[in-house]
Amino acid sequence: MWTTVCELKAIVPGTGVCALVGDAQIAIFRPHADDTVYAIANIDPFAEASVLSRGLICEHQGELWVASPLKKQRFRLRDGLCLENRDYSVASYAVRVSDGRIEVQS
Amino acid sequence: MAKTRLIVVGNGMVGQRFLEELCEKGNPAAFDITVFCAEPRVAYDRVHLSSYFSHHTDEDLSLVKPGFFEKYGISVLVGEAVKQIDTAQKQVHSNKGKILPYDKLVMATGSYPWVPPIAGSAHHECFVYRTIEDLNAIESAAKQGKSGVVIGGGLLGLEAAGALKALGLDTHVVEYAPVLMAEQLDRMGGEMLRRKINSLGVSVHTSRNTVNIAMHGGRTGLHRLNFADGSTLDTDVIVFSTGIRPQDTLARYSGLFVSERGGIVINDQCVTSNPDIYAIGECASWHGQYFGLVAPGYKMAQVAADHLLGRKELNFTGADMSAKLKLLGVSVGSIGDAHGRTPGSRNYIFQDDQAGIYKKIVVSPDGTKLIGAVLVGDVDDYGQLLQMKLNDLPVPEHPDTLILPSYAGAKPAMGVDALPASAVICSCFDVSKQRIADAVAAGCHTVAAIKAETGAGTGCGGCVPLIAQVLNAELAKQGFEVKNHLCEHFPHSRQELFHLVKVGGLRTFGEVLARHGHGYGCEVCKPTVGSILATVHNDYILKPEHTPLQDTNDVFLGNMQKDGTYSVIPRMAGGEVTPEGLMTVAQVAKDFQLYTKITGAQRIGLFGAHKGDLPEIWRRLIDAGFETGQAYGKSLRMVKTCVGSTWCRFGVQDSVGLGVELEHRYKGIRTPHKMKFGVSGCTRECAEAQGKDVGIIASDAGWNLFVGGNGGMKPRHADLLASDLDHDTLLRYLDRFLMFYASTADKLQRTATWLESLDGGIDYLREVIVDDRLGLGAQLEADMMEVRAKYECEWKATVEDTSQHARFAHFINSPAHDPNVAFVPAREQHRPASPAERKIIPIKPVETV
Repeated sequence: MWTTVCELKAIVPGTGVCALVGDAQIAIFRPHADDTVYAIANIDPFAEASVLSRGLICEHQGELWVASPLKKQRFRLRDGLCLENRDYSVASYAVRVSDGRIEVQS
Repeated sequence: MAKTRLIVVGNGMVGQRFLEELCEKGNPAAFDITVFCAEPRVAYDRVHLSSYFSHHTDEDLSLVKPGFFEKYGISVLVGEAVKQIDTAQKQVHSNKGKILPYDKLVMATGSYPWVPPIAGSAHHECFVYRTIEDLNAIESAAKQGKSGVVIGGGLLGLEAAGALKALGLDTHVVEYAPVLMAEQLDRMGGEMLRRKINSLGVSVHTSRNTVNIAMHGGRTGLHRLNFADGSTLDTDVIVFSTGIRPQDTLARYSGLFVSERGGIVINDQCVTSNPDIYAIGECASWHGQYFGLVAPGYKMAQVAADHLLGRKELNFTGADMSAKLKLLGVSVGSIGDAHGRTPGSRNYIFQDDQAGIYKKIVVSPDGTKLIGAVLVGDVDDYGQLLQMKLNDLPVPEHPDTLILPSYAGAKPAMGVDALPASAVICSCFDVSKQRIADAVAAGCHTVAAIKAETGAGTGCGGCVPLIAQVLNAELAKQGFEVKNHLCEHFPHSRQELFHLVKVGGLRTFGEVLARHGHGYGCEVCKPTVGSILATVHNDYILKPEHTPLQDTNDVFLGNMQKDGTYSVIPRMAGGEVTPEGLMTVAQVAKDFQLYTKITGAQRIGLFGAHKGDLPEIWRRLIDAGFETGQAYGKSLRMVKTCVGSTWCRFGVQDSVGLGVELEHRYKGIRTPHKMKFGVSGCTRECAEAQGKDVGIIASDAGWNLFVGGNGGMKPRHADLLASDLDHDTLLRYLDRFLMFYASTADKLQRTATWLESLDGGIDYLREVIVDDRLGLGAQLEADMMEVRAKYECEWKATVEDTSQHARFAHFINSPAHDPNVAFVPAREQHRPASPAERKIIPIKPVETV
């Protein structure tokens, strides 16, 4: 099921936001000024705090990640893989932009 | 086999060193060791004695590694002295009535300060400068007085003068000879030193023969010194530093041969006239000469230990009396034949009166070898010159190029490659270049690791730059590349990027990346460039083009806590807060259920604020007159102050007033790391300013400026940059210092590590900031003025710009708070619930849109 979350322009390019979809907190990132968006779980699995959407987007190994604002572990935007410890990877969600609005599948 | 019963008389620097040599290199199990330590504490560092006044703990000065005596089963008799050695029975008698037998005995009794027998000099209020007890006595006398004099202008006398000055006394030095440090310096070098010391506020009186002292007979001071020329000097505290004599009394009573000039006679193996007794250090006399420096004593300790262990190849062959030191903040170096007494020797001299630098080298009559040098005010060349002399390296065709300033043209770089492998790099611990190279090969890749492994550089520290050179040369040989690139996206250091941004007038991360980097950027370079842009331009950091660069703390203008909530810390400049302000803070804390605590920075922190509540919390604080405290930023956090002269009965200056002024002057300016200042209103230093990045301590004549201090993980005492500054000069130096730090430091480098990484350290920094050697002063001040002019309270701007508020909601699509934030009661307030606790706390259902 696709849920409309917000307008694309509500996200400052280069940052992320947190959306509530059902019971899930989902971090949605917009790395560039275009309509590329990614969605992974918002909960930092190390601290169990709802913070990943507030992390810095970074590029390593030719891919985009978000660095947790708490202790800087990195999670891959496209699939939630944790660079430091794959056992702490987080869920990722399908996400698309339709008619200027962001939709997440859950 | 029976153990050798060994008694060591004296636990000073050399005595302790002997024990280390014996136990750590030999076979401690073969010995049953007893140490007599007449002083009330075991071995401590007398070379850095005056740091006792700044650090003030004897533990800092201790030379005994924790557990050392226990580890080797050494019995130490503290506060117990040997009063007689019965060489016939081979036993010692202690002053507490103990009688102990020995097989071998080592005398390490050191020296005592010699005081000339003039009227008044034996009075108990005439102090000497050798032990921690002496220092305690001087300190308590200084508390009652305003002025102090050191009689004796030698190395130790100037050290003592520095201590008196640090204790806040109006300090004088009286010297019999026409020059200071006549042993180590020639006339011109001594004159330069005198001028520099005078300019630091210590009055130097040379060619003064003190004929008597009228104790309690002074008028403007407690006591009066009468000189041969009829002049007088009144003073409250008197310290004698007129040379040392070997402590050989026990040896005399025990029938050992003693030299005519004093000192226990030893041979090249440090054995005395009795084959079972050794003597080492200042108490020993070798070829009629005794040595008042620690390096020769250490060498003797090594020779005696080796001999005792049956390794007989090592001999004591005399000592190089070269020395590099810093007296009252003035660097001085002396090598070999400093006076040029070798017949036919040639002198080369460089003097710069403006900068206060004097350098001289003495070259052998045939012009091939360096035989001596004097350096005052600039000792950068010391290491190279010393190695040149010790290793008989050839002198370049024009020897004067060795001491000319670098702007005069290329300096002949000797380079460590020119040194033979056997060259002694650290003479305190006798560590050769080969030994350091071996340590590097074995995996020591930092100066700190080499220090720990070899001991090199842990004595006087004079060889540390040379160790770094050997390290880098060895690493380069092994193919290590020394890189300081910011990250994979920028092939530049932070310092380089700072200049590229400034010179190129770049204003956004996109521009910087396009011009000087590649790729997307990362969590390292984005905040670093964000900080550089903020330092250079001081734009509002939450403009849309800057927002993605900031760490979350800067994005939401608060310090993120472990549960994703934020702290709220309004500025309370200098720690001042009004009762009305307190009431507002209290009401806000109550209304938003915030945990409240006084922070380590003399202000009030409110914790546990939901991100979505931040704009409203700050609107209320700003309406009440508060502004952001930048507790989240890499910028000036606060200025800690003591109460100062406005209220305190000891204060000599208005520390709170200055602290408030400084906090407002520099608030909001982004720096490579956070900064903390401290201002104390008198030498009691209640603001702990010497543990801050910038510490300012009131003196009678103005302000003393310290920089590079740090508390935290690796505490460091700040270094004195300049003394007795008036208010405007202080601000000017601070402007320069902060801008210079901001433009040259590495990412996330506090001032303490930055200062330690600066080539030339505090002396170099002083040249840049105070002497303006690089001619940067005016520019740095102008840059600071520009940045300061653009200050605005980020929270005020954010509260007023309602388009920013949507960003603060936890959910983009719901007004609900973060359901993961929960609290549990703690000491009448609350704390974040742990994840486990959260699971059992009923969480209110989230309202949905």
